Amino acid sequence: MSNPTEAIKEKSMVIQKEMLGDLFTQLSNAKENGKKVVYTFVPGNLTELILALDMLPVYPEINALQSGMRKKSGSYIKDAEKLGFSEDVCTYVKCDIGMMLNGNIGPTGEQLPPPDLLLLSYTGCFTFLKWFENLERLYPGVEIAMLHTPYQEDGKITDDQINYMVKQLTEEVIPKLEKVAGKKMDYDRLSKMLENSSKSEQLWVEVLQSAKNVPSPIDSYFAGVYYMGPLFTAFRGTEKALEYYQELHNEVFERMRLGLHPINPEGEMKEERFRLVVEGPPNWTNFREFWKIFYDMGAVIVASTYTKVGGVYDGGFRHEPEKPLESLAKYCMGCYTNLNLPQRVDLIEHYIKEYKADGFLINSIKSCNSFSAGQLLIMREIEQRCGVPVGFIESDLVDPRYFSYANIKNRLESYFQMLEQRKIIMQQEGASI
Amino acid sequence: MSKYYLGVDLGSTTSKAVIINDKDEIIGRGITNTRANYSVAADIARDEAIYNARFSVLKKKLEAEMKVNPEYNKYINDLESVFQYEQFKVKLDRLGEELLKTCGTFFKEEERRNEILNHLRNIRRAFKPKIKHDYLYNDLGSKNQFFRDIVSEKYNEEVNKLGIGLFEPLMTVWDKSISPAENERVMFDFKELVHKAMEELEVKYKNLPDTNAGDVSVNFDAEMNLLKGNFDHVSETLREHIDEIADLEFNIENMTGTGYGRALLPFPQECIRSEILCHAFGAHAVFPNTRTVLDIGGQDTKAIQVDKYGLVTSFQMNDRCAAGCGRYLGYIADEMSISLNELGPMAMEAEKEVTICSTCTVFAGAELRELTNLGEKRADILGGLHKAIIMRAMSLIARSGGVFNEFTFTGGVARNQAVIKYLTQLVKENYGDNITINIHTDSIFMGALGGAMFARRNLSDNMPTDKAVHEVA
Repeated sequence: MSNPTEAIKEKSMVIQKEMLGDLFTQLSNAKENGKKVVYTFVPGNLTELILALDMLPVYPEINALQSGMRKKSGSYIKDAEKLGFSEDVCTYVKCDIGMMLNGNIGPTGEQLPPPDLLLLSYTGCFTFLKWFENLERLYPGVEIAMLHTPYQEDGKITDDQINYMVKQLTEEVIPKLEKVAGKKMDYDRLSKMLENSSKSEQLWVEVLQSAKNVPSPIDSYFAGVYYMGPLFTAFRGTEKALEYYQELHNEVFERMRLGLHPINPEGEMKEERFRLVVEGPPNWTNFREFWKIFYDMGAVIVASTYTKVGGVYDGGFRHEPEKPLESLAKYCMGCYTNLNLPQRVDLIEHYIKEYKADGFLINSIKSCNSFSAGQLLIMREIEQRCGVPVGFIESDLVDPRYFSYANIKNRLESYFQMLEQRKIIMQQEGASI
Repeated sequence: MSKYYLGVDLGSTTSKAVIINDKDEIIGRGITNTRANYSVAADIARDEAIYNARFSVLKKKLEAEMKVNPEYNKYINDLESVFQYEQFKVKLDRLGEELLKTCGTFFKEEERRNEILNHLRNIRRAFKPKIKHDYLYNDLGSKNQFFRDIVSEKYNEEVNKLGIGLFEPLMTVWDKSISPAENERVMFDFKELVHKAMEELEVKYKNLPDTNAGDVSVNFDAEMNLLKGNFDHVSETLREHIDEIADLEFNIENMTGTGYGRALLPFPQECIRSEILCHAFGAHAVFPNTRTVLDIGGQDTKAIQVDKYGLVTSFQMNDRCAAGCGRYLGYIADEMSISLNELGPMAMEAEKEVTICSTCTVFAGAELRELTNLGEKRADILGGLHKAIIMRAMSLIARSGGVFNEFTFTGGVARNQAVIKYLTQLVKENYGDNITINIHTDSIFMGALGGAMFARRNLSDNMPTDKAVHEVA
């Protein structure tokens, strides 16, 4: 039987695969074609600026997570540790350094070009600073641009902060980008891209909000990390990305119309038993195994904070073609790890209520201070405010030594049983009242 | 007919079974050491719980009469202890066969083999009466000691008396024999065994001297005297009742398996439940005002928050490191060459607590030797070690949200007096004097109790399990 939704589903995946394949081919031919390469990070990225100057972006943490999924991170990390990196250093960094030491072969098997520019646009993660300091040593003489992004200490973005960032953009970052690119910024082109960004963002938000539906047509975490790819990496602002989100939007809304459950690597989920909100990045080395524990138990992630790592749109932010630099500044300051703890708690509380979640789960990542600091406090606060059962598991981004399947399964099993038992008792209590 | 429910908690160190009736009352407890064959461990714990339940039913039946005739109570208690000795004898015979077999295959040279066999016979002859005496007169049966531990202690004692040259061959034979003997379930006929126990008991009482003049190994008390003077009558009166409970059919309506090894239990998948839920449910049932549960088991520590229904709202556990758990104490006891049971009492004599920095079990052992060399007193070091365990537990509790009133402490380690002392001290220091701390004599059975209670409520109907999902898919 031909399943139309499956066919449609494939289409968005095919588009994304094409996009990635094309990017890595361009990257491997960059030097021959005289294309300049910019290494930059996902949170608060300035992809539109890079693309508007016809340069190619490389995201080291995406390479690291890809290495993790392809089971290469373990040996990369060991190579970095041999070089002197401590056991406690972020494993994205060590994996990336290890990959470079081993010839800088990217996820498609093609070699990645060395950077012409290191663009640090998000400083909320202090490790990023140190990461690029190390890359500078690996690529002596490489150009560097740094944009200081103020932390949302008081829980809001002020005009002063925006002005401060715009000043940096106009006086330092864009001139440096122009110097490396060898051309001037075309602001009309930039505005056109930001318009595409804004449209893609609107579609993305609607895709995420489809999970408010019961049953949810998507898994906002395990599948969400695929869905967010084009928007948070090399494609935001492109026609292709807009096409991708249009397609994804159609598929998801069709699934919702048909009352279908999310798709996982083994097919379609049959029943939605638990709706969860998850905080923290996933583990990449055992991503499939990790995901399977959830879908086998009928658990759907209806909202996650990790899919906001490249930008939070819940408060209405979209890129603005009319105010390009101001909106880029707001974008950088609005990414999830740049929010203060009360803002993060409020956001999670909103997710639990709006997405009718049964529980809240934290995957605490050994490597990531940006996410992990304050998580126990968040957990307690959410427990008190929302009265939902909370769970806590521990793993790492890409260090396979910190993923203990048996321990994680044991905790999750207990957690799901907690949720189920609560449902039963609450029903009984409800009936007796 | 009465309905009974079974909970089995297969822990990393011990396997526990609890049988409850339809009023959630515990009527049977069984405990054994966890071994390579989990299913045997579970079966033994369950069998023991059922034997224990028969004696409980007997006592319940005779409740009114026992008030008038306290010697009935004495008789039944004695009988249960001797009954355990009868089981012990069968297991010892089984071990004997295994030792002979190992000897046969291990020592090819006949002379050597006969020499070792001879020693084995002598060893057995030397320790068997001692153990029998402990069962009959010192109530060994009620001390929750496992066959392996009882025999190995005495075996080691006897081996150490022999020449150093015999140590290795005799210990090798032991090591190769104990596990196969232990991994096989021995089936007992309760009725046959209880009759044998009654005969043994009769011999005991007939041979009791009139006073304990000169014999300090028999602990005379008023009840024993009462029973001695009246033995034939009591025995005859109770025989009928004993036969009745021996014939009683124990219908287990439903059961739940939990604990570290639960996935390996020969239970249907829908009868398997997380130990976190079971411990919380058990602790909450015994102390209904419980809001925070601390469970320290063999290799993990769990801090659990529960609501007024006994439902878990959050939990934290140590799944990276076993320092601060029962095994840690076991390791320390080995390092100090004393038994696990002596640790607590010795730590209670501490005049101060030596600070133990190590968070690692193995390094704590090294630190302990170092501190001993520096002249610190053993009791003070042990005091420090016990405090260190509780400090780790306190940090886990803090991670789970802190201590809320009331606080219930469960798990095997809750039997250690020094642990309780430091726990009480630190809970009060950190969370105030108004926290009620509950510790039940059955604390080690809380997980199994919770399991049995789940079985009675049959909440498992809709529980998510791998199997259930796979069947759907």
